[in-house]
Amino acid sequence: MTQPWIEGRFEENVLVTSIEQAINWARQSSIWPMTFGLACCAIEMMAAGASRFDLDRFGAGAFRATPRQADLMIVAGTVTYKMASRVRRLYNMMPDPKFVIAMGACTVGGGPYFKWGYHVVKGVDLVVPVDVYVPGCPPRPEALLEGLMRIQDKIKGHKISRQRAAAIGAKVQDEIPVPHHSGYVDAPADHPPVMDHQKITG
Amino acid sequence: MSGKSFLDQLKKEFSGKITGENLTALDPWIEVSPDGLVEVCEFLKNDPAAQFDLLNCISGVDYLEPDPKKAAKTGWEPHTEVVYHLSSTVKKHTLVLKVILPRWKDDVPGQLPEVPTVSHVWRTADWHEREVYDLSGVHFIGHPDLRRILCCEDWVGHPLRKDYEMPLEYHGIRGR
Repeated sequence: MTQPWIEGRFEENVLVTSIEQAINWARQSSIWPMTFGLACCAIEMMAAGASRFDLDRFGAGAFRATPRQADLMIVAGTVTYKMASRVRRLYNMMPDPKFVIAMGACTVGGGPYFKWGYHVVKGVDLVVPVDVYVPGCPPRPEALLEGLMRIQDKIKGHKISRQRAAAIGAKVQDEIPVPHHSGYVDAPADHPPVMDHQKITG
Repeated sequence: MSGKSFLDQLKKEFSGKITGENLTALDPWIEVSPDGLVEVCEFLKNDPAAQFDLLNCISGVDYLEPDPKKAAKTGWEPHTEVVYHLSSTVKKHTLVLKVILPRWKDDVPGQLPEVPTVSHVWRTADWHEREVYDLSGVHFIGHPDLRRILCCEDWVGHPLRKDYEMPLEYHGIRGR
């Protein structure tokens, strides 16, 4: 795990850090999402951007109206086959580095349209590479913020230096690091499993 | 006016074109043969007592039970229906017209059943007929621009038909 800013103040207005940390810090603090809502999840995305939840606290409040200026594509809503080629085109138009959040059950895997939706793409990862999946129908704005923090974690794990070729099976350095925004949720493995909690009647 | 008086009047005007009715149903309907549909609709729109100036919707209904066990229990033969819901904003009454068609024209699978268009009677029928054509597969003769309206233009099949087969792949995107 990389350490935060090195607190080495040699004199006034001098700060020492590594270029990798500085670039990652700058990138993760100004993720500009694309204005891109396909269905009902977009309403929750707007709520996440509005004052109550305020996506701008994470530097991701500047919704750009063009893919050329956006870093993050929040695919919010059902992707139909008709829309899929447009989604792919918009993704291709975005400059690197670019990230994709699949927001909601429909984009994660087809959702309620999985079986009988003749027109729905069964998961947007069949069309564009997805970095973070946010499940829910629709996800609450907090869930979208959590997904955004996962994107920030992913950016934080980026390496700009050249790396040696990894051995097969070894952990790739660029992989998403262990999340540090874990909140108050404990991992389920920390507790013994709940037993006999179901009342059996009859 | 009520459904019964409409029926009597229509039967008087177009005796052979009115092929059935059900006035006891929750939403009473009158069945019209396809060749008399345009005349009946023009009459209903322009008759001073009827004045059906509003076409609420056109629905395509596919009557087919794919499961042979359940198909034996149904009380109907496989067919397609086109349903027209009419309203009069002046007279405040409504009427339902039905056109009953075979599922395929001449029982050749792939040949869409045909019904004349009413898009010149009510302008709103234009898009409704395109939608019925797109999803239920009914060909509207004389329609000015009968293209798919919801699915992509290169879509194969009519998705709301009961024997529709889900696409396994569409332009390189896996279907399931």
